[in-house]
Amino acid sequence: MNDTALQYVLAAIVVLPLLGAVGALLPPPPGLRGRGPDQAVLRHGVTVTGAVLVLSVVLAAGFDHDHPATMQASTDLNWIPALRIHLHLGIDGISLPLLVLTALLTFLCALYSYFHLPAGGSAKSFVALLLLLEGGTLATFSVLDLMLFFLAFETVLIPMYFLIARWGGGDRERSALRFIVYTLLGSVIMLLGLLLIGVKAGTFDMVTLATDNGSHLSHSTQLIAVLAIGLGLAVKAPMWPLHSWLPDAHTAAPTVGSVLLAGVLLKMGTYGLVRIVLPDTPGGIQTFAPYLAAFAVVGIIYGSLACLALARRGNGGDLKRLIAYSSVGHMGFVLLGIASLNPTGVNGALFANIAHGLITGLLFFLVGAIKDRYGSSDLDQLAGRGGAALYGRAPRLGGLLAFAAVASLGLPGLAGFWGEMLAMFGAFKPGADLSRPAYLTFTALAAFGTLLTAGYLLTVVRRVCMGDRETSELQPALADVKAYEFAAWTPLAALTVLAGLWPAALLGLTEPAVRSLLGGH
Amino acid sequence: MASLVQPVDWTALTPVIVPAALAVAVLVADLFLPQGRKPLLGWVTAAGLAAAALTVIPLRDGHRTTFCQPETGGGCSYAADHFTLVVQVLVLGGAALTALLSINTREKIPAGEYWFLLLSSAAGAALLPASRDLATLIVALEVTTLPAFALVGLRRDDRLAGEAALKFFLTSVTATAVSLLGISFVYAATGTLQLTAVAEGLTHTPDQLHTLARAGVALTLVGFAFKLAVAPFQFWVPDTYAGAPLPVAAYLSVVGKAAGFSGLILVTVVAFRPYAHVWGPAIGVLAALTMTVGNVGALRQRPDVPRGAVRLLAWSSIGQAGYLLVPMAAAGSADDPAHEIGTTVAYALMYAVVNLGAFAVVALVERTAPHSRLTDYRGLYASRPAAALALAFFLLCLAGLPPGVIGLFAKVAVFSSAVGAQHGWLAVIMAVNVVIALVYYLRWTALLFTAAPEPAVAADADTGAGAGAAAVRTPAGLGLAVAVTAVAGVALSGAPQLILRYAQGALL
Repeated sequence: MNDTALQYVLAAIVVLPLLGAVGALLPPPPGLRGRGPDQAVLRHGVTVTGAVLVLSVVLAAGFDHDHPATMQASTDLNWIPALRIHLHLGIDGISLPLLVLTALLTFLCALYSYFHLPAGGSAKSFVALLLLLEGGTLATFSVLDLMLFFLAFETVLIPMYFLIARWGGGDRERSALRFIVYTLLGSVIMLLGLLLIGVKAGTFDMVTLATDNGSHLSHSTQLIAVLAIGLGLAVKAPMWPLHSWLPDAHTAAPTVGSVLLAGVLLKMGTYGLVRIVLPDTPGGIQTFAPYLAAFAVVGIIYGSLACLALARRGNGGDLKRLIAYSSVGHMGFVLLGIASLNPTGVNGALFANIAHGLITGLLFFLVGAIKDRYGSSDLDQLAGRGGAALYGRAPRLGGLLAFAAVASLGLPGLAGFWGEMLAMFGAFKPGADLSRPAYLTFTALAAFGTLLTAGYLLTVVRRVCMGDRETSELQPALADVKAYEFAAWTPLAALTVLAGLWPAALLGLTEPAVRSLLGGH
Repeated sequence: MASLVQPVDWTALTPVIVPAALAVAVLVADLFLPQGRKPLLGWVTAAGLAAAALTVIPLRDGHRTTFCQPETGGGCSYAADHFTLVVQVLVLGGAALTALLSINTREKIPAGEYWFLLLSSAAGAALLPASRDLATLIVALEVTTLPAFALVGLRRDDRLAGEAALKFFLTSVTATAVSLLGISFVYAATGTLQLTAVAEGLTHTPDQLHTLARAGVALTLVGFAFKLAVAPFQFWVPDTYAGAPLPVAAYLSVVGKAAGFSGLILVTVVAFRPYAHVWGPAIGVLAALTMTVGNVGALRQRPDVPRGAVRLLAWSSIGQAGYLLVPMAAAGSADDPAHEIGTTVAYALMYAVVNLGAFAVVALVERTAPHSRLTDYRGLYASRPAAALALAFFLLCLAGLPPGVIGLFAKVAVFSSAVGAQHGWLAVIMAVNVVIALVYYLRWTALLFTAAPEPAVAADADTGAGAGAAAVRTPAGLGLAVAVTAVAGVALSGAPQLILRYAQGALL
């Protein structure tokens, strides 16, 4: 397919969800009324996200896989000349997988909600917010202008806030406010850094900035810019100690919100680091990389220890909270890979990004299903003394949970393995001029973190999936995986296996792009 | 001296003359109109103000000046340059929207006087950006504010309104007195009132007059700071807004502010340019203080106090005034100060549209919930979806979050002027303020979409269904005002260049 057609496809991918969000608020046209207003609008959501998914698959198929380092399907229009802001869209091997992942996860969420709308508000606003969220994330991964990146970064805040505050559970309004205040504070600071780069370099264009490799920016400018931008992205990623909004937000969010938050929104932070900080300010990140790596490793250990504590009997740990903390650990690996500043590590980080999106998305779906069935996700209430015996009561659900858990702990052959291994490989032999001994220590600690990860995930499997015979024969019988749940979860499980067995499919896309982005190092 | 008779370019003056002439016409017409036809005056006022805003179109090349004294080399007292025209459109458009808000007000206000005062004040506000000497500037400022005192206190038999008007009056008169003292010092030091000549004179004041000139500059600025409700002189704002009739509060928050800002810009950037190293940092500090005080005040606003919505908007307008000052602080250290103030103008245009929009929705809600508490907005989306969506959009624009794209980019422009002028500290304080502001704007927005858990009220509504239905009907003026501002906000969000282009070039 030629580039002009791809341009339109990419533009449609970004614009379609936004139009769909407006469309969801309008009354359905005659002939599409369906069985009722709710059903009609939920179907609208499935249709739009489905169309976006199809378009993104078309885009992936039309993408020139021989040149993943060059920007493809790019459109460049002058939008606000006063602020030198261009409507510049384009994708390369780094953004394409994230774009497809976003389209896929949102479609699965829409599909899941079609059959299982969380209680809280009207279906109309739910679909509109979901589509707005999708539009914002897709735009984040496809814009090539710093200010547009900021705009897209901010677009997701309002829909996510309302998804948590309206359809969530527990202490939802406080958690939602905390989420938005933390992220906004981070992103406004990030804006200052982006403006600093733009003012000093005279352009906001990411492609130009990436080819310049910071040659127009003085070292002190780069330091300040990296500090400001890094802070904003680190809140989003989240990096320890700026993660404290995440567990609350995840615990309170509805299933669909958690899936998108973990699967897509967190990736915006790490994507920004790779896309903006690494190529645009190589001098600055060179100075800060060891600190980033140190925080990342602390995050790995801290996240795992928190999970171990939550998994222990008698601590009243919430399963959703546990997975949220495990995200802090997993994103620690991603940050460690980025901080290694060498192609292996960054590739590992990008791979781990996708893998985490697939696996944690699946885990949140499963935990949401368990919470629906039991009415609680409190581990002690679920497991009692001997264990919840999910293998006996709902064998398919239990099997899937065990599968997702071992995928998450990084079993070779599944998606979780490659990313974390490559990130640690990268840190083992960090980029030039980085302190090798320090990074060796980080690698060793991260490796220890994988052990802890295995520890808590296996504890969870033992407590939730296994149990004694009486528990497994308890009445009323627990509903096993339903058809729509299968439909929503199978793609994630299949892709987890696929990415684990054929990592070259992803790495082949990211590798050349990463090499060109790291040109300044 | 050649001639005492100056040629006057009346075309350049139309944006000022139209509202002034209309003011007299409306006052006279009021005497002859029967009681039932009084709303007509409102529509005439709104149309006249909109027409006055349109009269800038023939002037748009921006080269006209009048009241010149070429023989003394003193320059001109009235200039219709691009800065003037943009601010005139802003104040006249804002006044026209205020008129739309006022047409269907339920408060007992004498019609003729109200429209007369509104138009006079608008004429003053339109004159202000065009004045190029200190005397005209002060006269224009007083023409803008004197009718405003009366407007605030116009509500009959209302203790709050009287108190609000008195507070406003006392602060304002103090401000004028201080300004006049400062101006007289400046006149003593430089021997001229023409803004450009003052700038010239300040560069070579004799040594013994140096202190006098400095004191004059400082006092003039303090006077303007009073007028603008810049912290620490902001205390009168919340009470005045809450006590005034709602459209008047809207008018003060937009047109009053715009007039004050254009005056401050003229005084600092044109007249006191040689002292830029002094007023630049001072305005920076004032900006930081103002936005923090305003936003923290808004944050502390409890949702259940009467007229809480107006009070919140009052505090938030103080916060927004702080953002407006940021580019002016940047102008103090910029090579080309005229360039930076364009950002202030662009931000003010955005603020005018969305703030008037928010006031319009508040006016609409006040018809059914006269106490105008924030809690009255609970579940507005269920009863009036369009109004709730519009208000949510306006609030998000004020907060600067998508989907309020124009609010976001106006803030980006302000941030970028601060970063470009090496005022990093100010940018960081503003960043923190944006987050604080988000909390209260978002709380209000969230309230709109929360389900209203009031079954008792629903039962009452059955008995009084007829009255309820009548109250829910949207009056034409308010509906038009909400629609105009919402359409403008959405259009600007799609094409922010429409107003951000003023942030690009030099206006003065």
